[in-house]
Amino acid sequence: MSEMTIHLKIWRQARGETKDSQKSQGRFVDYTVEKVLPEMSFLETLDLLNEKLTRQGQQPVEFDSDCREGICGTCGLVIKGTAHGPNPKTTTCEVRMRHFRDGETITVEPFRAGPFPILKDLVVDRTAFDRIQQQGGFVTANVGSAPDSNAVPIPKLDADKAMDAASCIGCGACVAACPNASASLFVGAKISQLSYLPQGGPERGRRALLMIGQMDREGFGDCSNHGECEAVCPKEISIENIARMRREFFKGALGGHDRKAATGD
Amino acid sequence: MSRILDAKIPSGPLADKWDRHEMECPLVAPANRRKFTVIVVGTGLAGGGAAATLGELGYNVLNFCVQDTPRRAHSVAAQGGINASKNYQNDGDSVERLFYDTVKGGDYRSREANVYRLSQLSMGIIDQCVAMGVPFAREYGGTLANRSFGGVQVSRTFYARGQTGQQLLLGVYSALSRQVAAGTVKMFPRHEMLDLVVVDGRARGIVCRDLVTGEMKRYAADAVVLATGGYSPVFYLSTNAVNCSATSIWRAYKRGALFANPCYTQIHPTAIPQLGDYQSKLTLMSESLRNDGRMWVPKAPGDKRRPADIPEAERDYFLERRYPAFGNLVPRDIAARASKVECDAGKGVGNTGFAVYLDFADAIKRLGRDVVADRYGNLFTMYEEIIADDPYHTPMMIYPAPHYTMGGLWVDYNLESTIPGLFVAGEANFSDHGANRLGASALMQGCADGYFVVPRVVAGYLARGGHGKVTTDHEAFGAVEDEVRRRYDALLAVKGSRTVRDFHWDLGRVMWDKVGMARDRTGLEQAITQIRELREAYWHDVKVPGEAADFNKQLEMAGRVADFLELGELMAMDALAREESCGGHFRAEHHTPEGEARRDDENFMHVAAWEHKGDGQAPVRHVEPLVYENIEVKTRSYK
Ligand SMILES: Cc1cc2nc3c(=O)[nH]c(=O)nc-3n(C[C@H](O)[C@H](O)[C@H](O)COP(=O)(O)OP(=O)(O)OC[C@H]3O[C@@H](n4cnc5c(N)ncnc54)[C@H](O)[C@@H]3O)c2cc1C
Ligand code: SF4
Ligand code: FES
Repeated sequence: MSEMTIHLKIWRQARGETKDSQKSQGRFVDYTVEKVLPEMSFLETLDLLNEKLTRQGQQPVEFDSDCREGICGTCGLVIKGTAHGPNPKTTTCEVRMRHFRDGETITVEPFRAGPFPILKDLVVDRTAFDRIQQQGGFVTANVGSAPDSNAVPIPKLDADKAMDAASCIGCGACVAACPNASASLFVGAKISQLSYLPQGGPERGRRALLMIGQMDREGFGDCSNHGECEAVCPKEISIENIARMRREFFKGALGGHDRKAATGD
Repeated sequence: MSRILDAKIPSGPLADKWDRHEMECPLVAPANRRKFTVIVVGTGLAGGGAAATLGELGYNVLNFCVQDTPRRAHSVAAQGGINASKNYQNDGDSVERLFYDTVKGGDYRSREANVYRLSQLSMGIIDQCVAMGVPFAREYGGTLANRSFGGVQVSRTFYARGQTGQQLLLGVYSALSRQVAAGTVKMFPRHEMLDLVVVDGRARGIVCRDLVTGEMKRYAADAVVLATGGYSPVFYLSTNAVNCSATSIWRAYKRGALFANPCYTQIHPTAIPQLGDYQSKLTLMSESLRNDGRMWVPKAPGDKRRPADIPEAERDYFLERRYPAFGNLVPRDIAARASKVECDAGKGVGNTGFAVYLDFADAIKRLGRDVVADRYGNLFTMYEEIIADDPYHTPMMIYPAPHYTMGGLWVDYNLESTIPGLFVAGEANFSDHGANRLGASALMQGCADGYFVVPRVVAGYLARGGHGKVTTDHEAFGAVEDEVRRRYDALLAVKGSRTVRDFHWDLGRVMWDKVGMARDRTGLEQAITQIRELREAYWHDVKVPGEAADFNKQLEMAGRVADFLELGELMAMDALAREESCGGHFRAEHHTPEGEARRDDENFMHVAAWEHKGDGQAPVRHVEPLVYENIEVKTRSYK
């Protein structure tokens, strides 16, 4: 097992500096980590750095993580200029050091987007996603009112498509990668999931209008089909979901749902 | 003085208990509900389900979690599935059978009435989840699909690829989102509960640290629900997320709630083995893999040939050999211990010798690569990313890892702890799994507690009244907040030489070696001494950087590790006091000639629940006798 030396260029930013001034007040700081093993994860390398900084009496680098196996969506860094790092289909916590060279310099930044204010160093605030979800990312089904689960058969293909869309982990990489900071892939995934299932049917139009309205209000940009989102998405959420979201939106609008609520006018 | 605890199990036949109890629980009229505030700590299946449902009913709910959004609670990581006695496969399943399997799986150390209720509620969970848009796997005909899990002979596990927990949790999250929009649930992400506030003997609130600003905050309520998950990271390395902690239930314990069966921990047989000492966690390979994977080791100790070079006749499929009736699908405690036995005998594989093979060659031959990929593709990819080896061609290497904690705060049939008004749900309580949990039953319990039990029993508590309003100005809040503040300031003030992780790692070694898969008197006594020394050293030599009033991950961890350093000792004491082997608790002194766990029903057919008596004082062990009226207590056999 060959040990590597890795140079890191990490974005540091104190808490309380506002989102508009991300770049001007934060800065890159250079660090070197020795004895990095190829089988270590990228976050374990940051752990190692933080252990070293702590021992030296310096401030460790703040970053978010929890499950460390690619399912919770907590982690999220821009590594070498790409959200979740250079490997496709992986989250930041799944990135292994064997994908880097001994002596390599790696830049590490937070997910940058207006609606994701930086809280400290590499940690951002993604609660805008929660507020979008609150507008309509659910089926109104009170506990106790459900029919037998096999009462409504659902074709396997539809269930599979719903599941594909439902795999979104809400990490926000799609937003960070989009030149417009659009949240369309994230929102499209939720709208699609529920549109494939009969249970989501009655609220379809309303859901699309309200969620998209909130996305706009949060300051996420429009989608202009760059496709960067799909490329970085760790869960392979397809850009087809955005097309489907648009159809749902028009159907909702044609269905006479409350456009005012949707656009926030 | 040791007490006998009363679980307040309703009278009457087992099958009618819950229905009758629901009828007898007093209600709160719809218009009055919003006058009651309920604190729910945790947004996993148990906490999130309870918060959303209480909100739906009209209560005023304050819901807390440590993650940046409720959708990331650790339930999200569950892979394999959720049980329900639907009998959709027509293979003879029923409420009775699920009840029987769970009690037997728990090695006759769980409470009959709770398990029966869980089996009954299991069906409604699936109905509810489907209604909320959870995309479970389906057959071509459009009906729901099932798979099998360990310790049972029916197919009753519902699943959503290898992401069942995620999909169930997103269901909970969507219900929560709806209630947040409706104004009934107020969400507090990145808020860590650091203590419980008890006023006049009742749970009346919590003190939290805002994890972004570091500010200490107080919240008051009419009832408090803790659904904060398990404490496996007391072992440092476990399959749990890095932020899982015992802090909320440990603080409640120190305020008077009893802690039941702390030593009952589940070591899962199939995790990716430890690779080095830099590691921050272990990655689970779902139990569902044992549907098609076969576990084996070379017959000869020290055989270092590559697996492909070891001929069939020189392999030992040890589970199939020892347990022909259940084969690779024996319960977890049995599979884990069997792997350990083989490795201890020098037959382990891999660089460290602490691994066994899980082989899919036969399944691929029988079903084809595509079917295997469809069932387990994401797990295979995960494995390959970590180990850099392809399980389609080379057998997986796996080894047991700490995974789940059956122990937790003691609760009665109403999920109420020994502090009135303090309810505990999900993995945080001790109630349903005895000494060993069966696969796919934790999600079931989380959902049952959250959606169905907590809303009913909390309403009953509120309706009975007897507690006036309390605000956060009450002196009890000030006193608790001061204590919390002092504890955190003290951690920062040590300014020693070793990091929080150094201590956590050392604790983990002691726990794994001496309070892990096999325990004995000498080792447990040593563990108690070593943990005390480690704790002492911690408060004199830990180095926590930064400030209290800031985003400070190291300080968060410092608080959690301080609590683990106390809990670890109680686990060892509990393991020492339980002079028998049962389920996941294996005392080397107590086994059958074949090496199986040997229970002592005469002396230990009870729950042990510990009472805190003050720092530096011995806790008191109380018992709740377990009575089996509806099931014949036998020696567990999977042969
Ligand atoms: C990798 C893995 C796979 C699993 N697979 C399965 C499976 O296939 N089937 C199955 O049945 N079970 C499985 N389990 C077990 C199961 O997932 C858990 O037991 C269950 O989800 C726990 O749910 P919970 O609601 O009790 O707690 P959790 O989901 O752990 O939620 C705990 C909540 O409490 C919050 N919290 C904790 N402490 C505090 C605090 N001090 N202050 C504020 N908030 C706090 C957290 O933020 C979180 O919101 C698996 C477990 C793991 C680790
Ligand atoms: S769509 Fe993909 S990138 Fe965007 S939040 Fe979901 S999982 Fe992350
Ligand atoms: S930490 Fe959970 S996805 Fe990376």
